[in-house]
Amino acid sequence: MSQNFTEVTSVSLLCDSVATLKFRYCKIIHMNNIGKNMFDIGYMDMLAEGDSFLHRLNPGAKLITTMAFIITVVSFDKYSVSALTPFFVYPLVLIAVGGLPAGYLLKKILFVSPFAVFIGIFNPLIDREVIFHLGSIGISGGWISFMSVIMRFALTVSSALILVALTGFNTVCESLLKFGVPKPFIVQLMFFNRYMLIFTDEAGRVVRARSLRSFSKGAAGLGIFASLAGHLLLRTIDRAERIYRAMCCRGFDGRIHIIRKTKTGYREIVFVFGWIILFVLMRYYNLSLKLGGLVTGMSR
Amino acid sequence: MSHHIIEAKELQYSYPDGTVGLAGVSFRISHGESVALVGENGAGKSTLLLHTNGCLFPSSGSLRIGDCLLSKKNLNTVRRTVGMVFQNPDDQLFMPTVFDDVAFGLLNLGIPENEIETKVMRSLETVGAGHLRKRPPYKLSQGEKRAVSIAVVLAMSPDILVMDEPTSSLDPKSRRRLIELLKTFKHTKIIATHDLDLALDICERTIVIHQGRITADGRTIEIFKDKELLDRSSLEMPLSMKNCRE
Repeated sequence: MSQNFTEVTSVSLLCDSVATLKFRYCKIIHMNNIGKNMFDIGYMDMLAEGDSFLHRLNPGAKLITTMAFIITVVSFDKYSVSALTPFFVYPLVLIAVGGLPAGYLLKKILFVSPFAVFIGIFNPLIDREVIFHLGSIGISGGWISFMSVIMRFALTVSSALILVALTGFNTVCESLLKFGVPKPFIVQLMFFNRYMLIFTDEAGRVVRARSLRSFSKGAAGLGIFASLAGHLLLRTIDRAERIYRAMCCRGFDGRIHIIRKTKTGYREIVFVFGWIILFVLMRYYNLSLKLGGLVTGMSR
Repeated sequence: MSHHIIEAKELQYSYPDGTVGLAGVSFRISHGESVALVGENGAGKSTLLLHTNGCLFPSSGSLRIGDCLLSKKNLNTVRRTVGMVFQNPDDQLFMPTVFDDVAFGLLNLGIPENEIETKVMRSLETVGAGHLRKRPPYKLSQGEKRAVSIAVVLAMSPDILVMDEPTSSLDPKSRRRLIELLKTFKHTKIIATHDLDLALDICERTIVIHQGRITADGRTIEIFKDKELLDRSSLEMPLSMKNCRE
């Protein structure tokens, strides 16, 4: 949030002197754009309205396959890089068959990539033992494990994003419910999905109101930030109260009922078992190495 | 038809911070009446509406909804009788899709699942929103959200409809469509509004609230002609009536 304040204030300063920057100012101070970038679940839900073979599959089948994929990917040891490479076939096939926008998904992955970078960034400093040479350059174990972290991050995040883009956030939640995830947790997720955009809109209006009256003052101080955050919290509590009242008015008794009829056919079975067999194969046989060996052997 | 009646006797309510919401309100609304509740901001309109379906309980006085007195024991019956449309549809539409939202109340009432589809679609068709059934509520326009928030209430077949500022943040066309829709309902209606033209169109009776008290209760046309009363209540004569006078 403080970063947003800084952006807003710096752009406000420019606007005071350069009228042509008005467009950019408006573009930046709209915090709902930030909200859209961070939680663009609406667009993901729109993607989920597609009509490909993958869209029509039972959500449970897609959820099981994604879970199996994630578990397999994270089960590799920390120096695995070549063995992970074949796993990219899963997101690539799903993107191609499901007709998903690859560039958009890549942007989403890059947006959250700093988290993965921070997790692995110290590996090259801690683990300096050279474990192989690329020509004359020695590559340390730290760099290999860092690479492995990034690959695993890209694979797991992309598979989760693809699952939501092919199924829809709420349908994923409903499938989780069927697989025994506790209901309060699912209800929280669904409410998060429903109200996140409204919350970011509200936060955006508060930030805009501050920036319009801050003129050439610098970034918001701690006091102002605390006040804005406090106001947002109070508004959120008020809204939660109103939503709860609306629920009570319609007989809410602590349980949320949802009607969904889903079918499981041979297509789901083939999809789940086909992929799981492939994951197991890729887990126990390093296909990259075998393919490399085959190509090298042929060239000899 | 006593279940369509609302009767308040010396209703009083104070908020926890000491603000007086209602300071002795008495009225009786009988079957099929459409009543507008008007008054300045903070007059007590929303506080009164929140009493009608047991979101708030009076500090003193009594409120009779149909055959039963408002109490925690009768809460389910009261909420089954009174359907409330909230001011902000985003507060009222919280489920993943429009269909789920309309079905929410029905499932809580224990309606069998095989009847839900028919009832949901009937309600949505009544407000002209059948085509929105699969849409997530946050993707709807304000007018569509308002229509759906009325459908979620209609689905539960209430005897009394209570609406808080139904035309707020609607464009003129959506507002007109809503007015035409409300005219078709035979329910007992209580509509809290600042839109006096809407009140004039739909409600034959108006109750004016000022500082938690009823300052006037009578025929809408008569009340809106009383300039002094309107001034005292921070209201203005409806535009349609101004034109008539000019």
